[in-house]
Amino acid sequence: MKLMTTTALAMLATFGLATAASAEIRLGASLSATGPAAFLGDPEAKTIEMLVEELNAKGGINGEKIDLTLYDDGGDPNKARTFATRLIEDDEVVAIIGGTTTGTSMSILSVAEDEGIPFISLAGAIQIIDPVKDYVFKTPHTDRMACEKIFDNMQKNGITRIGMISGTDGFGASMQAQCKDVAGDYDIEILADEIYGPSDADMTPQLTKIKNTEGVQAILNPGFGQGPAIVTRNASQLGIGLPLYQSHGVASDSFIELVGPEASEGVRLPGTALLIADILPEDDIQRDVVMDYKTAYEDKYNQNVSTFGGYANDAFLLMVNAMEQAGGEDPDAIRDALEATDGLVGTTGVYTMGPDNHLGLDLSAFRMLEIENGGWTSID
Amino acid sequence: MDALMQFILSGFTVGAVYALVALGFTIIYNASDVVNFAQGEFVMLGGMITAFTYAAGLPLPLAGLLAIVITAAVGVALNKLAIEPARGAPVVSLVIITIGASIFIRGVAQLVFDKQLHRFPAFSGDDPIHILGATILPQSLWVIGGAVFVFVGLWAFFTKTLTGKAVLAAANNRLAAQLVGINTNWVMTLSFSLSAAIAALAGVLITPITLVSYDVGVALALKGFAAAMLGGMGNPKGALVGGIALGLMEALTAGYISSQYKEAVAFVVILAVLFAMPQGLFGAKSTERV
Repeated sequence: MKLMTTTALAMLATFGLATAASAEIRLGASLSATGPAAFLGDPEAKTIEMLVEELNAKGGINGEKIDLTLYDDGGDPNKARTFATRLIEDDEVVAIIGGTTTGTSMSILSVAEDEGIPFISLAGAIQIIDPVKDYVFKTPHTDRMACEKIFDNMQKNGITRIGMISGTDGFGASMQAQCKDVAGDYDIEILADEIYGPSDADMTPQLTKIKNTEGVQAILNPGFGQGPAIVTRNASQLGIGLPLYQSHGVASDSFIELVGPEASEGVRLPGTALLIADILPEDDIQRDVVMDYKTAYEDKYNQNVSTFGGYANDAFLLMVNAMEQAGGEDPDAIRDALEATDGLVGTTGVYTMGPDNHLGLDLSAFRMLEIENGGWTSID
Repeated sequence: MDALMQFILSGFTVGAVYALVALGFTIIYNASDVVNFAQGEFVMLGGMITAFTYAAGLPLPLAGLLAIVITAAVGVALNKLAIEPARGAPVVSLVIITIGASIFIRGVAQLVFDKQLHRFPAFSGDDPIHILGATILPQSLWVIGGAVFVFVGLWAFFTKTLTGKAVLAAANNRLAAQLVGINTNWVMTLSFSLSAAIAALAGVLITPITLVSYDVGVALALKGFAAAMLGGMGNPKGALVGGIALGLMEALTAGYISSQYKEAVAFVVILAVLFAMPQGLFGAKSTERV
């Protein structure tokens, strides 16, 4: 398709028919639409494709259409590096969105940083933007923020001693370390620290140990994929009766479907406004953005929106906003405009970037949610 | 005491999953000495097809049956399209073909289905059964029952039926088997269809516990393979005992030592057993009269 467009343009140019109005803004993306991170990358890729289509139908940015080149790196950091190089050198993009996983993001950002191309990452780890790198931004909350949000809620509920059970996948292990690191700031003592493998079928031994640990008041499960669903079902099977906190890694409607309404009753987790779109108050600052994205995505693809697709939506909003300010020509101007982002409302939160802040979210971007009767309620 | 009982029940739950997968390796191995590494993908297909046809409105038993039939057909296709043309190739080449097939099936599955996690309801509800202060889900009993049922079926097949003996004969000496009138091609087709059907049955039984997505096959095949090696490759009794033993080791290590070491302890024990008994606990002797 892209080849066709280029050929057509080349022909038009040859015949001297091309006008300035048909100039295009070249946007690049490298996402993990397949492979181990497909669960995240698939909705991200679908979101970007949908948004480009929508924007071009509306006439693009300042009359210029977006020409998207999207590669699937399959979650492989080496492929991501190759694609980042190809995007910049062969496809001549002015900006890149992508990096579904922390691994692929680190690959892309080193290329983007060297070549001076603005890059918005969709991955969680804090290393991506800390220390700040000139051309690198990201949209998802860090797992450290998720820990802070959870511990803040525990404090409000008078919980000081907890048991942790974490997945050994990248997400779970990273969040486990971050939570242990910040627990002290919230006077939380971690009495039990268990782990499970990402493809384990039963976590009752670990949960039994936590249950039998003297003084534990709540359980925290940083993890991703099927693990947290099985942990939640096991906790209900054992009748532990302690509050169970999950992470933002499972913040989606499909989590409730997988676990079942009975076993998921009372589970608390930090999520985004996107999850509670239907129950957001009319005057909520994020309501319109969230509803727009949710309806468009669910109508087009017939599947539930997820937080991850929301990250891609926000990256696109940030990019378009910066391009409107800076035009779609000069990567450095786009970078400066991204850094000057002030109060941009996305599905994840409200972004205000700065020279020393390339994430631009604070804890208010997380909403503390509780599952009630198979649906979400806000407990902030 | 309550805790010990819970660890044991957990071990049986997980162990029965491993045993079911390990049993699937048995037939193809006995027919051709090939360890079929696409076995995990057959389990995945069993779970995925059931989840999708159930979601499309089929009653659960019918959806499960359909999944088993379709997966068996995939097994036959694998044999006809990839294994049979390579007949006469060394066993290692055939094993590598099955690894390729597993990657191919995974790729097709993520296109045909999707990349999300799926589940369908447990057969007998989710109310836990209380045993001596511990709990087990009814679905775990289904899995354990399924493993025992498949074990008994396989044991009878290999020792009591002429067809089963023909399978063993074909593996032992292909030419000799052909000379006494065994259709070795048909034996291979049968082996692949039965193996795939057993794996799909495993998928149907375990999905309400473990959930399913297009990429669960690799981990299942790895654990099933470890269980089969521990018990003795090709021996149904070995697969059953190996699976349960592996599950119990993991659960007891997680419960009494640390969840950090549960995989390590299990694999150290397997290595130790294989050093002492290279054939596994119930491994076949090198010659055998059939």
